[in-house]
Amino acid sequence: MREVVLAEPGDFAEWRSAARGLLASGVAPEDVSWRGSEEGASLFGDETVGAPAGAVSLPRELLEIAERVICHRDPEVPARLYRIIWRAARDRQLLARTTDAEVDWLRKADKAVRRDVHKMHAFVRFRRLGEEAGRESFAAWFEPSHRILRLTAPFFQRRFYGMDWAIVTPDARAIWKNEALTYGPGGTKGEVPGSDVVEDQWRTYYGAIFNPARVKIDAMRAEMPKKYWKNLPEAQDIAPLLAGAEARVERMREAAVSLANPLTDKWRTRVPDELLLDDDVKTLGDVARAVDRCTRCPLYCNATQGVVGEGPERARIMVVGEQPGDQEDLQGRPFVGPAGQVLNEALEEAGLDRTRLFLTNAVKHFKFEPRGKRRLHQNPTTGEIDMCGWWLDKERAFIQPDLIVTLGASALRGVTGKSASIKSMRGATHELEGGGKLIATIHPSFLLRLPDRERAAEERAMFVADLIRARELAA
Amino acid sequence: MSAKPILEKLAVLADAAKYDASCASSGTVKRDSTQSKGIGSTEGMGICHSYAPDGRCISLLKILLTNFCIYDCRFCINRASSNVERARFSPQEVVTLTLDFYKRNYIEGLFLSSGIIRSEDYTMEQLIEVARILREEHRFGGYIHLKTIAGADPGLIALAGLYADRLSTNVELPTEAGLSSFAPEKKPETIRKTMASVRVGAEDAIEAAKSRLIGKAMPPRFAPAGQSTQMIVGADAARDDDILKTATNLYSGYQLRRVYYSAYSPIPDASRDLPPVRPPLMREHRLYQADWLLRFYGFERAEIMEGASGGMLDLAIDPKLAWALQRREAFPVDINRAPRELLLRVPGLGTRAVDRIVAARRLGKLRLGDLAKLTASVKKVLPFIVTPDWRPGKLTDSADLRARFAPPAEQLALAL
Repeated sequence: MREVVLAEPGDFAEWRSAARGLLASGVAPEDVSWRGSEEGASLFGDETVGAPAGAVSLPRELLEIAERVICHRDPEVPARLYRIIWRAARDRQLLARTTDAEVDWLRKADKAVRRDVHKMHAFVRFRRLGEEAGRESFAAWFEPSHRILRLTAPFFQRRFYGMDWAIVTPDARAIWKNEALTYGPGGTKGEVPGSDVVEDQWRTYYGAIFNPARVKIDAMRAEMPKKYWKNLPEAQDIAPLLAGAEARVERMREAAVSLANPLTDKWRTRVPDELLLDDDVKTLGDVARAVDRCTRCPLYCNATQGVVGEGPERARIMVVGEQPGDQEDLQGRPFVGPAGQVLNEALEEAGLDRTRLFLTNAVKHFKFEPRGKRRLHQNPTTGEIDMCGWWLDKERAFIQPDLIVTLGASALRGVTGKSASIKSMRGATHELEGGGKLIATIHPSFLLRLPDRERAAEERAMFVADLIRARELAA
Repeated sequence: MSAKPILEKLAVLADAAKYDASCASSGTVKRDSTQSKGIGSTEGMGICHSYAPDGRCISLLKILLTNFCIYDCRFCINRASSNVERARFSPQEVVTLTLDFYKRNYIEGLFLSSGIIRSEDYTMEQLIEVARILREEHRFGGYIHLKTIAGADPGLIALAGLYADRLSTNVELPTEAGLSSFAPEKKPETIRKTMASVRVGAEDAIEAAKSRLIGKAMPPRFAPAGQSTQMIVGADAARDDDILKTATNLYSGYQLRRVYYSAYSPIPDASRDLPPVRPPLMREHRLYQADWLLRFYGFERAEIMEGASGGMLDLAIDPKLAWALQRREAFPVDINRAPRELLLRVPGLGTRAVDRIVAARRLGKLRLGDLAKLTASVKKVLPFIVTPDWRPGKLTDSADLRARFAPPAEQLALAL
């Protein structure tokens, strides 16, 4: 039987060098006895640390876990850890065997240590010591469940680089000063100031943020176990807050509804803007404001905003699409998404200047189906197109274009009020009721959906040809 | 404006912020003070530094810049016509408080909201000023959550996103009807446009990062912890179905990280038509569970509603169990063979348990005893699963299955 005496419980480096030696010399776990130095001197002291006979490789994850678990206060930990690495050296899959009893123990011990680390990150409370040359210094007393100071100090270093601090625990202390992190012996609570100047503010905040109408003591205690309370300044307020909660809620309930604050009218500088009635739409600008508040059909409920046409009021050509898409809906402008890109390129190729056209849609609100993190475009119904035709007609009336180019079937329906096929309308020029001409072509998003390259190039050429015809017609 | 001492202002302005449910300080970029030599870090996972007796975590200093407000939303304690005591912090005062608390490790950072004073833009500018002073003058690296003011100029939203880790815009009430009746000055389209500008700001920043020239510094991140929203549950007549419908639209449209559901809790000096009842905490809890099913378990809203009745989730049992009881033909599921998506539908199995099961079964068949090591709720799972040593038999279809899980009827206390 080998005996290993660990001088410093919780010191990973010490345990690791002992374990490495044992492992390399092939000493089985049942032949080792691990003891802490406080358990008395060992008879067979240094016998164990033989020269490593060869490097033993272990999964990195296991070493990371071991570094944490060694901090666990259970005196069995060094021995159990050794048994696990002994097995892991022979079974590379060991850590994945989550149903194995020893792996299960390891995971649970690791979880306990990690939880303790997390609670220490959360519940350390610094108290101010003073200030020297513009640098403040603080100290904290903390009693962790396990020996985790070395696991947590780097966190505080990263977080509080710009101030000096010390954390004193019963086992050890960590000191951050002159941009260096050092460790020292454990201490007592008395070494740290008993109060802090902003503690009253903190306790005031704690009391004010508590909602007495939603008392849930068990939820609080599950996350902030009582063992930490004695070092949390706000914890002394828990009992009085709870005691007063019921009465506070009761007072709220009983308080008669009072008269409106007389200052109300002074603060309320504005009245809600009035709804624009149909008759109030007198300019193109009015259309934009009114569309945004349009509730003629239910599409407005989910869309971000109504998207109206864009372009000069004297535009000779009006281009009508189907409806805003995802990007158009967000940005409030027509043809700024992927289909807009296709349209831009085609317009350029056809020699049309986008800034001289009036671009709009048959339907002003985006219709979609939510799918996880995306919105799937949905075709508007003829009912929705016809309902929204009121706005398209207004735009037409203000612009009075010589030529309207409709992109896709919905646009054609929006302009003509009839459901004709694009195929039957394409290639010809149609006279519109009330003046002006019409050219019907496909919607650029159609080009985006064609998987066959050859076919897509063909369709695109036809689309550009339609736009060229529009340019010539309007010239 | 107000000459109140800090302690009194803090009491008023923290009290006014206690109705906001969001508290998260997680999901942002990893940042620390070793480079800046200032104060503050974020490491992805947020830390709850304390817990209030209402069970809610305290992670951030959650306060209002002011509780004066020109709006008159009836569900809100700070509405213009309310007689609540008023106070206002200067931006510098909030900065000092934040740093004082942060250096003592009380908080992860700041959650700053405000009543609307003068105008939306003015208020938003004041909020941004606090964040700017913290970041630029004090090299503060902690978490900052700013409440955007709906209707503020998109340019201000873009600026706020450069300082803040998270931006949020509250939708307040789940339906248009509710909003127009309770908050006539708040327009749903204004709220949605503000959320849209946050999403556009984030997308622009990603675009800028992608198209930067090699060797040029990365452009600043825009609100790396994303955006969130809150809606109040139980103040108006909206049903759970309406609430989830709104939530799914918001998730898909504005890439929200979180929707917070806040049980309406009675406010002092309440408007006459609001329910002076206990906050519907269980309803709030079920909505969060349903929200989780939407985001992490592959459920569609319509499926969740199969376990509901009249558009309301079952208060006695959780929504996944309620769905499973309606869909018993889909069970039992073989723990050793079922694909991940199907395991996620087993009541009692969470995403972590499912991941563990999938990993563990690669190394050998799982028996009932093994399952106990992988999940805490074996008893709940039993009627819905098959293992080599367990078959639920008639249990899956038994009529009293719901009663096994629903809490027993409570004897009402008799008044003495």
